[in-house]
This record gives sequence, structure tokens and C-alpha cells, in this order.
Amino acid sequence: MDLILVAVISLGAIGLIAAVILYAASKKFAVYEDPRIAKVGEVLPQANCGGCGYPGCSGFAGACVKAADAGSLEGKLCPVGGAPVMEKVAAILGLEAVAAEPKVAVVRCNGSCENRPRTAQYDGAKSCAIAHATSGGETGCTFGCLGCGDCVEVCQFDAIHMNPETGLPEVDEEKCTACGACSKACPRKIIEIRPKGKNNRRVVVMCVNKDKGAVANKACKASCIGCGKCVKVCPFEAITLENNLAYIDPAKCKSCRKCESECPKGAIQAINFPPRKPKVETLAGEAAAKAKASKVETPKVEAVKTETPKAEA
Amino acid sequence: MKTFRIGGVHPAENKLSAGKAIETLALPKQAVFPLSQHIGAPATAIVKKGDVVKVGTKIAEAGGFVSAAIFSSVSGKVNKVDAVVDASGYRKPAIFIDVDGDEWEESIDRSSTLVKECALTPEEIVAKVKNAGVVGMGGACFPTHVKLSPPPGCKAECVIINAVECEPYLTADHRLMLEKADEVLVGVSILMKAAKVTKGYIGIENNKPDAIKLMTEKAAQYPGIEVVPLQVKYPQGGEKQLIDAVINRQVPAPPAIPINVGAVVQNVGTAFAVYEAVQKNKPLFERIVTVTGKSVKNPSNFLTRMGTPMSQLIDAAGGLPEDTGKVIGGGPMMGKALVNTEVPICKGSSGVLIMNDKEAARAEAQPCIRCAKCVSVCPMGLEPFLLATLSAHKDWERVEKEDVMSCIECGSCQFTCPSHRYLLDYIRLGKGTVGGIIRARNAKK
Repeated sequence: MDLILVAVISLGAIGLIAAVILYAASKKFAVYEDPRIAKVGEVLPQANCGGCGYPGCSGFAGACVKAADAGSLEGKLCPVGGAPVMEKVAAILGLEAVAAEPKVAVVRCNGSCENRPRTAQYDGAKSCAIAHATSGGETGCTFGCLGCGDCVEVCQFDAIHMNPETGLPEVDEEKCTACGACSKACPRKIIEIRPKGKNNRRVVVMCVNKDKGAVANKACKASCIGCGKCVKVCPFEAITLENNLAYIDPAKCKSCRKCESECPKGAIQAINFPPRKPKVETLAGEAAAKAKASKVETPKVEAVKTETPKAEA
Repeated sequence: MKTFRIGGVHPAENKLSAGKAIETLALPKQAVFPLSQHIGAPATAIVKKGDVVKVGTKIAEAGGFVSAAIFSSVSGKVNKVDAVVDASGYRKPAIFIDVDGDEWEESIDRSSTLVKECALTPEEIVAKVKNAGVVGMGGACFPTHVKLSPPPGCKAECVIINAVECEPYLTADHRLMLEKADEVLVGVSILMKAAKVTKGYIGIENNKPDAIKLMTEKAAQYPGIEVVPLQVKYPQGGEKQLIDAVINRQVPAPPAIPINVGAVVQNVGTAFAVYEAVQKNKPLFERIVTVTGKSVKNPSNFLTRMGTPMSQLIDAAGGLPEDTGKVIGGGPMMGKALVNTEVPICKGSSGVLIMNDKEAARAEAQPCIRCAKCVSVCPMGLEPFLLATLSAHKDWERVEKEDVMSCIECGSCQFTCPSHRYLLDYIRLGKGTVGGIIRARNAKK
């Protein structure tokens, strides 16, 4: 009996002392966290993909609260949740959501097995990063897709897959959240995060080859040879030609598709457009509305240009 | 017999062309000079289309301190300055020269008489070496004048000549020692003078007994030069391994360099190039290249002008065999498979190796069985299995912590792995990425 009593009392005393210490410590070392951060965190997708540019969802929540204190949520976008999630975030923080344009990943290479003949064989580890660092690739094009699937591996949304027939990755636009992980993983910077465009339609140069025309032409049937025909035909000055490569600025493009038919190599593709009809006016009208919506600055074309070494003298 | 302390492997030597005397290869029709054929900044072209050049004319100026000038190896007309596919398959800027005759610059002494005396001061020697575009001929192509100009606070104690030629198949250095022993030794004396030291060692692996015997005999006439026979072990030709083997000192982890332990290491081919540059006024525009392989009809050593396409060397050795699996620039351990045989011979091209399809095939990678063979053979004392796995998982912080920058990419781990894992592939990726991270960090400071 005595023994039990001693045990109960001593354990009780230890518990009491520990409770007092813990209470004191929790008061003394309490870290104040804005309760809004947790609330914002709850509505975020919790995919921790980093697509917003912050380390995970809690980092983004903190940044949103900070931005709200400064007065505006501009520039803050969860690419995964998109507009609905941002509206909820804005509601929690008592602000208006800033409309952001939906974006999607675009694989800018059309060097399928058929278009781009294999000239060598790569037998190293199956990783684009390694293939890119050790060799020019299996074809004559040193800019195009290496086909080892680094982009597929990093996608957390199961939105990009290799097509075994073409050997190129294909983006599932329904699933793609434009988080940009694939774009970052691609050592050749082929994947661009572009505005989805009005009605999910866009015109893109499907090539990143900066070699001179003759070399690019020999390497791939669908390469941009830098002839500049598209630049001349574009009525909106949306196309620039730099380092033998054309680029369509999505902010300026009005989807008139004139460049598409002008390109002698078929390197310019109009995605998700209905089969071609000669009614250009209506499309242009549509595109004008799109231009208004697409005030968001164009994705990283500058970065692409500086990161890839220029191949000519 | 001396050798380095940690790790190492012993691949089959296959020195098929060791008995073949050096032959002079015919001039190419067109010579191509990539502007970046050394470590450091690319050279800048100083000729343009239509310019007439002679053999030994400078065609590209060094693009910085760590860089080297490039000289024409042929006489003729500059066709264009354009891009050429180099050994990696990428297009790099290069100078194309159409060959016409064989007219040399008059300043070059073309006689074969041995010039022993060198009255120049160390500074004059370094300047002359720099002006001749000499780089390390072992393969890494580090500009020689940089190695001869030690950073402040460091003092060289000895010159170590790398005549190990530890890569299987290659015999270019071996033949050079047998046929140009005196020139090499004068070159070594000049290098010793330039580095302001009185002691020079020539490390030779004992699978070249004829070279050891000849060099030892001849070295007696040159004060301070000692020939050190070494046990055959790969990668003894690595700078740090050679220092360990010859003078028993270990170079600390990067950023320490050999000069921190008092050693200046130069390749035997570089010693010969220095001799020619200083005593004969001949800039670096030709070198000895081994063309070899088990199926090659006539494995040979060619004295080749820079800019010659590799296909010409292959043809001279009996043509491309039918069962060719891979054509490799360099030796089998550290060489690179070529995507194109039109790749020009550069300053660092020590050999062209043709592997048959059986040899070239890479076995399928299997799971790691934790045998730790890669750890025991790593000459830098690293843990290749760990580095490769960490790199595959992109854990760059830990890759750096595990000392990936010490890796010399010798490939011993991959050679020895019973599971044929892609160890070096991933370690190279890790080294490249971590190197970029470190450079970015230093740039921020």
C-alpha cells in the first residue's frame, strides 16, 4: 500500500513540476504566427510543388499574408489552384483577387523520330541532364529534346508523358498546372510556360534550334531555319528573330495564323485551332480580346537566350 | 616499386601499337582549329576569310591569362571562321584553313640538331612557352605557362614529368620517349629552369622497360633529373596520384593544387613541346596520336598536324573495321565516344581508339549490391556509390559535403562495378552542378 502511495505521489509531483516548467517555457518562448497564415495554408493545394516560386505551400501562405499587409496580392499566384484558390485566399485576407492569366507548359520541339533522323546512339544513364552534359544528343540537332524524360519524372500532376512513337513528351493540358517544374528540369530549356490563350488556342514556334539555317535544316525536318518569313508576314510585330530562331511573343500575338501558313518548314504550329477556314477576321477579333487579357509579361525568353551557349562564331 | 597509396585498378594494357615507330601523317586537305581546345577562356580568332597563313602562323590569340594561342599547322588560305562539331557533338567556333603546299614560317628552326644550351631567364622561358600556345598534352590541356607561374606564396620544389601513360591502348608518350629522348630531357631541364628548381623526376610505369632503360641512361648527362620507375596501376597519370607515387606527398582537397605541396607536374609530351617552342621557335601545332583498337588493321602512332580530321588517321591505320562499336577520342578509361569521325585533332588528342561492338556494349545496370568495390578502388578516397545516388536524387548540398569536387573522373569505380551501375555518369552530373553552385556562391561574395 505504502509503495503505491509513494509511487503515485512522486510521479504526480514530477508531472506537476514538468507541467509548470512546460507552461512557463511555452509562455516565455512563444513564437507568434499570424493565424491568417494557417488559414491561407488550409485552402492551398498542399502539393508543395514550388510552382509559385516559394518553398512549398506554407512559404507561399506567409508571402501572401505579408503581401496583404502591404495592400495587394498582385504577383502572387498559386499555379496549381489557379483563380478559384486565389479568390479564397483573397477572401481570407479581405482583399480582391488579382486576375491572372492561366498558363500551360508547351514543349517547343517537334523533332520526332520521323522528323529528326538519329545519327548516333547514347548509351549512358537515362537522364536528360547527363545526356545534355556529355553529348550533343543522338541527332544532328544539339538543341532539341533528348527524350530521356526528366520532365516526366519531375511532374507531380501526371501531366506530361513521353509519346513512344515520336519520342517526345506530351503535355496533358487538363492536368497541367503550369507549376514550371518540367521547364526547370529540362536542360535544354525546350519547355516554356506560356499563357493558355483565348479558348485555349495559341500559336507557337515549335523549335529552339539556334544553328544556322543550313545546319538546322539538315538536322531536322521541322526545324526553324531563321529565314524570317514569319517576321515579315506578322501584322502585329509579335515575332522576333534572334540567333537564327523565331519567337512569338504571346502578349502581342493575335492568333491570326498568318505565320503558320508562311513557315516553309512547318515549325510554327497553331495549337487547338479548328481545321483551317479562310475566315481570318473573326479570329483576329477574338484575339484582340485576348491581347487585353494577356497583360502578364511574357515568360522567360530572355533567360532562355542567356542560358544556352550560342553555337556560332 | 613505387605507386600511389589509395585505390587504383589494373585494366588490361592492350598496348598494341607500342612497337610501331612514329610515322608522319600526310597533310590534310582542310585543317580545322576549334577556338576552345584548352581549359580556360576560348581563344579569339585573329584571321578572317581569305587570309593566307603559313605553318606556324598565329591564327588565334589567347582569350585571357588561363587560355592559349592557336597556331596554324598548315599553309594555305583561311576558308571561313564557322562552327564545327567537336568531340562532344556540340558545335563550337573554329577556323577552317584550306591547305595549299607546306610553307613554314621562317623563324622556325626545322633542322633536327639537338640544341642543349638554353641561356634564357625563367621569365623569358615562360613568355616563350606562352607565345607558342603550349598546353598540357596529357588530355586536360591546361595552359603550361599558368602552371609555371605559381601563385604568390607558393614555391615549387621539383618538376615531375608524367610519362606514366596509364591509359590502356595509348602509346604516344612511350614512342616519344624512345625516339626523342634527348629532346624530352632538354625540355625537362628547361621546365626545371622555368620553375626555378634543381630537381626533376620522370615517372614511368614499368610496363615500358625499354623507355625506362633509355631515359635512365640518357638522364645521367642532365643534372638533377631522375627517372622513377613506377608500378603499373591506373590512374597513376592523374596529377595527384603521380605526386603521391613519386615524392610521397598528398595534395589536400580542392581548392589546393599541386604547387601547394611544391610540385609542378607536366606531361612528357609537354616537355617535348616546350623544347621545340624554346629551342626551335616552333609553336605547338603537331603532336603524336595513337590510332589503335583490337580490330584495327594496323595500329600506329602518327605525328599529326593539328586540325586533321580523325577519319584521315583512321584511314591511315587501315580504315574503320566493320565491327566498330564506338570510336573514342582518347583512351578507353577517360576518352569520349565521338559522334562523328570528322572531329579534328586538337592539342589534347592523345589517341583514337576503335572499340568493336562487343567491347563497346554497356551492360545493363543492376541494383547496387553494396560490395564497396568502388570505394576501395577510388584513388581519391571517395564513396562513388554514395555520390552517384545522391546526385541521382539531386541532393546537391550533400553531394558537395561528400567532396564530389575531389573526383578526378578517372572511371575506376565504373570499371570495377560488378553491377555495371552508371556511377561516373551521375557523379559527373553532381560535380558539374556543384561546381556551378560554388562558382555562383563565389561570384556573390
